[in-house]
Amino acid sequence: MMYRSLFPRDVLSELDRLQREMQQGLHLSPSIRGIARGSFPAMNVGGTAKSVEIYAFAPGIDPATLDVQIEKGVLTVAGERKLDPPGEKATVHIDERFAGRFRRVVTLPDDIDANAVEAKYRDGVLRISIARKEDAQPRRITIQ
Amino acid sequence: MSENTAVSKPDARDDAALQPPVDVIEDTSGITLYADLAGVPKDRLHLHVEGDALTIEGEVDLEMPEGMESSHAEVALARYRRVFTLSKELDASKVGAEFKNGVLKLSIPKAEHAQPRKVQVKVM
Repeated sequence: MMYRSLFPRDVLSELDRLQREMQQGLHLSPSIRGIARGSFPAMNVGGTAKSVEIYAFAPGIDPATLDVQIEKGVLTVAGERKLDPPGEKATVHIDERFAGRFRRVVTLPDDIDANAVEAKYRDGVLRISIARKEDAQPRRITIQ
Repeated sequence: MSENTAVSKPDARDDAALQPPVDVIEDTSGITLYADLAGVPKDRLHLHVEGDALTIEGEVDLEMPEGMESSHAEVALARYRRVFTLSKELDASKVGAEFKNGVLKLSIPKAEHAQPRKVQVKVM
């Protein structure tokens, strides 16, 4: 049976931690935890004149089980993250990592070429590179 | 094992880092800690134990095409950092680490003397 420890940490340090996290959330940086809770995997999107780049932070996943699809200008990344279940007599002190099925959807720009997609998984990050259509790339026009 | 709240470095602000999500599980032999450090290559992962403080640090290294402009970033910092305080019964000199696909697994055994022993209760 999995159960939480009744006395994981003392209350004061817990409060301290909460306060610190809130401050972090307000001023400094989006905590990866805040993101991971709501939506896994966390995503970064960027682009160049030639391509659109999507980074999905999905550590600990067998890339073969990832389902990446582009349909009507929408990219979907779906899969399931299975974590090792704790042993029968184990106590779970902290349980923050995402587990279970996930699905995230990103709207792509209009000028992408859905046939020129590359996806790589490295160090727990899925990188999807989608080329922009040739005719959409900037061109210099000569003035006569 | 508890999270260290007393750690404050003077340059903590410049040093802004993401807090990686972790799972901490304890059984009779010791503590297992899993941390999600997506985007950190093996050579950018730094683990150190100093006194009773265990620090996990990693730098994110993503392949980016030249001139890429970010339009949406949920992972807005390129560093992870989290510090834990180890309790006395843990043997910090025997920490085992595995790192694969952005997931760190640390095994921290309990010191020999702290292994559970069954206490016999004698009925007088």
